[in-house]
Amino acid sequence: MTAETLSRRDWLGLIARAPLPLLEALWPDDPPPFDWLRRPETGAMMVQGRAGAVGAGFNLGEVSVTRASVRLQCGAIGHALVQGRSPRKAERAAVLDALLQTAAAQDVHARVLVPLQEAECAARETRARRAAATKVDFFTMVRGEG
Amino acid sequence: MYVAVKGGERAIDNAHAWLEDARRGDRAVPDLEIAQIREQLALAVDRVMAEGSLYDPDLAALALKQARGDVIEAVFLIRAYRTTLPRFGSSLPVDTGAMQITRRISATYKDAPGGQVLGPTFDYTHRLLDFDLENGQPVPPAPEADAQAGPVPHILSHLGREGLIQAEPAGSEDVPDLTRAPLEFPAQRALRLQALTRGDEGFLLSLAYSTQRGYGRNHAFVGELRIGHVRVAAYLPELGFEIEFAEIQITECESVNQFQGSKTEPAQFTRGYGLVFGQSERKAISMALVDRALRARELGEDMADAPAQDEEFVLSHCDNIQSSGFLEHIKLPHYVDFQAELELIRKLRCAAAQGLEAAQ
Repeated sequence: MTAETLSRRDWLGLIARAPLPLLEALWPDDPPPFDWLRRPETGAMMVQGRAGAVGAGFNLGEVSVTRASVRLQCGAIGHALVQGRSPRKAERAAVLDALLQTAAAQDVHARVLVPLQEAECAARETRARRAAATKVDFFTMVRGEG
Repeated sequence: MYVAVKGGERAIDNAHAWLEDARRGDRAVPDLEIAQIREQLALAVDRVMAEGSLYDPDLAALALKQARGDVIEAVFLIRAYRTTLPRFGSSLPVDTGAMQITRRISATYKDAPGGQVLGPTFDYTHRLLDFDLENGQPVPPAPEADAQAGPVPHILSHLGREGLIQAEPAGSEDVPDLTRAPLEFPAQRALRLQALTRGDEGFLLSLAYSTQRGYGRNHAFVGELRIGHVRVAAYLPELGFEIEFAEIQITECESVNQFQGSKTEPAQFTRGYGLVFGQSERKAISMALVDRALRARELGEDMADAPAQDEEFVLSHCDNIQSSGFLEHIKLPHYVDFQAELELIRKLRCAAAQGLEAAQ
């Protein structure tokens, strides 16, 4: 996984879905000085489904989220909309988004994004392998002829 | 007669202190951690999220702890909390076709592309109590096998290609929301599905069962049941693009139902749909059956008068916070109401006795 393959929409999603303890472990640094454009605010997003999986949209229920926006002293602006109720996670995510648009991008990519993506892939891989182990192999009993 | 109802503050305070003490239980037993509830009572957590209509496992676990394991009380706590949250917006509809499957079965096709995947199921267990759990024995990790990457298409899409199953009409962009506007009848299907997915599991189970026993018969097959993780995406105007900001676990059931055809529709299979937060397959199957039953009138079915086919009956009674709120309010002081009834009974008896005397 190279840093260049992640677009901004990819990294915003990756950080938004990441568990906070992992994010903190990968990036324990104090953030660089920044100004709040929008202080962390916890709220909800309504999740939609589709009738019959493919038809008209309907409201399934809400998911808790926290959003924040920051501006670094260099002028880079970072946004975050993260899953869960942690203001700390939203702050970290917004600062990381801003940093990823500066000269620090390559370092942050390597230290934070690549391990986050590896962790997400590993979790998916484990689920897929466990599911595969419970896949049913049907066999037909040989029936007697005549 | 007006009876002043005041006082009892000290009794209430002490009752709540006792409640808190009772919730904690024997102090010699370790306090439950939220993470323990989230990880080890995960299906209770899922039910609280589904009926509380807020996906947040830690919050649902906290609610269960505070409610002493009373699921409906926990749902009440979540519903109350969610009203304090500002709504930032709405997601794009989740793509359940792109779900990362942990369980996927079909009762209609043995050899469905993608296969039958059992996942972590209670099915085929013997329902014998496992006394090893009393001792907290270490548990080995789940077995693994090589996984084949590739899409797992919805099984009903095969029937759709042949035109053997009724198509799902696309809806308008504007999705109605029963948390924002009061429910009116007749309700659109989108509102019905929203009411059902947050409705009480027990109530929907009973209604679904009633359709199987003949009250609004519409013989259902589980065309497909899938449980897994999907990503939730939303368009963020400040960025000008969509991001996949969350991942949630959901359960989906598509039922396939016999349909003889009617004055307006050809003979074909019809659909019922269930989609629920978390791993909740009993609820998802129930929802699909009740959704299908509620479509009786739109499909022009005769004799659509069973309880599960009555939209107003189902939707007005499926919410366990509404129903328990109204049910339980009758235990609160009704001294004045009752006094009035008492006076009335006395007067009637008195009048009847006088009438009797006069007749003699």
